[in-house]
Amino acid sequence: MKKYTYTEKKDTRSGFGVGLHEAGQKNPDVVALCADLKGSLKMDAFANEFPERFIQIGIAEANMIGIAAGMTIGGKIPFTGTFANFSTGRVYDQIRQSVAYSDKNVKICASHAGLTLGEDGATHQILEDIGLMKMLPGMVVINPCDYNQTKAATLAIAEYEGPVYLRFGRPSIPVFTDPDQKFEIGKAWMVNEGTDVTIIATGHMVWKAIEAGEQLEALGIDAEIINIHTIKPLDEEAILKSLRKTGCVVTCEEHNKFGGLGESVARLLSTELPSPQEFVAVNDSFGESGTPDELMTKYGLDTINIVEAVQKVIKRKK
Amino acid sequence: MKHTINELEDIVSQVRRDIVRMVHSCQSGHPGGSLGCAEFLTALYFETMNHSKDFKMDGAGEDLFFLSNGHISPVFYSVLARSGYFPVAELATFRKLNSRVQGHPTTHEGLPGVRIASGSLGQGMSVAIGAALTKKLNKDHSLIFSLHGDGELQEGQNWEAIMFAPHNKVDNLIATIDYNGQQIDGPVEQVLSLENLQTKFEAFGWHVITSNGNNMEDIVKSLEYAKSLTGKGKPILNLMSTQMGHGVDFMVGSHKWHGTAPNDEQLASALNQNKETLGDY
Repeated sequence: MKKYTYTEKKDTRSGFGVGLHEAGQKNPDVVALCADLKGSLKMDAFANEFPERFIQIGIAEANMIGIAAGMTIGGKIPFTGTFANFSTGRVYDQIRQSVAYSDKNVKICASHAGLTLGEDGATHQILEDIGLMKMLPGMVVINPCDYNQTKAATLAIAEYEGPVYLRFGRPSIPVFTDPDQKFEIGKAWMVNEGTDVTIIATGHMVWKAIEAGEQLEALGIDAEIINIHTIKPLDEEAILKSLRKTGCVVTCEEHNKFGGLGESVARLLSTELPSPQEFVAVNDSFGESGTPDELMTKYGLDTINIVEAVQKVIKRKK
Repeated sequence: MKHTINELEDIVSQVRRDIVRMVHSCQSGHPGGSLGCAEFLTALYFETMNHSKDFKMDGAGEDLFFLSNGHISPVFYSVLARSGYFPVAELATFRKLNSRVQGHPTTHEGLPGVRIASGSLGQGMSVAIGAALTKKLNKDHSLIFSLHGDGELQEGQNWEAIMFAPHNKVDNLIATIDYNGQQIDGPVEQVLSLENLQTKFEAFGWHVITSNGNNMEDIVKSLEYAKSLTGKGKPILNLMSTQMGHGVDFMVGSHKWHGTAPNDEQLASALNQNKETLGDY
């Protein structure tokens, strides 16, 4: 098992904030819109340096999406910022008609995704956003795994022409990816090569997959770990190549098992390479109040859940 | 003026023929609101706006129009075609398979002249504000025009946008309300009353003007007046009274023609009331 270490923990939303600021310095057409969550989205550095290009919308997310769509006409590259719940479910029709169907170059940037938002509870913990966004034709869906990858993804989507959903989170988690990485949209990252099972993870679950890989190694199981940061378009070739070698897969995501990364992988495999699959994901429920760690444990998204899913899926191999 | 009032009225007559023929041909669509806004859109595209018929999505240096109440697409399509954005023959494909002239306007099929999809109501004012903000950032002094139904104002997103525009001094925007008092289920006052729209908009900080949308001379003058009010720190709201179905006697003033197509006899009657001036498509 390849060794991964970290010296600090940071929140992925801070990676977004730094990436947005840098994107703004690189390209004068980058503009940022926020629905009264500038601090939570870490947009202060951008807003302070580029006050004319920062638009405070107020608590009006539908208006924010529409304004962002309109701002693309004339060449601006709008980044909208609010919590994932208010970035997607609350404004689904606005995104569908004014952004996706209208082919607008809007970057919908969503923090506090998933259970790890914590104490605010289920009203704010969206677990359906990946599904909502990936169903929109033409929408790119990205869920980076740490601070560095989120920063790199933010810079990459500024250079990509077309609508993007960028999902990140609130808790401080290990920073373990290369600070100078080149982020390629739609390209899987091979975290660890292995032969017995493929673990496919996105977002906060990638570090847990690495921890699981270390525990599995001690049990004599050689796990291949792939980071799918871009859920759509899915790197089908990387997944199929891995599955041809390992023959089984565990998908890991901080999202409902319905509509997420796991279902995208299952759809691919069912037509191209039918294989046993286990899902480490929320079992079709809402969240609740609690600390992020408590919630990840209660809803079955811990390292141990990945280890157990691997043991189960390997038994299902012929 | 680029055209005389008589010339503009002749164009309107042809636009009305286009509208009823398009809706009759596919036996679906929304003739009532389209007919009521024929003068307004003709005035905008043939007189008021500085725009290029060589369509570029970014619209740099030209005035832009956004249709929020996308169901009145027949009048929008007719005026776009008649002002040279795409061949008028294409109007015959309205609402038919493999057409760029979709039931509701969209950018998705690449129809020149359309910059945003609309149809799901209440989204156009936000989009128009966004385009206006970009004009300001780009130091582009051209203007943004938009059109909204009165019933459409029941959608809450409008009021987010109506609050935003004055606070942010979006004074390069002229939004027009098609104030015909009708919606699908009946008179707006019965379905969900708008109360006093003028004072509502004024309370939000807009500069409100009123106009008669079915009087060409009045609408041309009103739009010129609206233009003179831009750049003074407030968004402009043109509260434009119209009659649903204007120009076709049996459709006038009734919500029943919001979304109903005429039969063959009704089409003949409608065409008799509006002379062919520019040649039918």
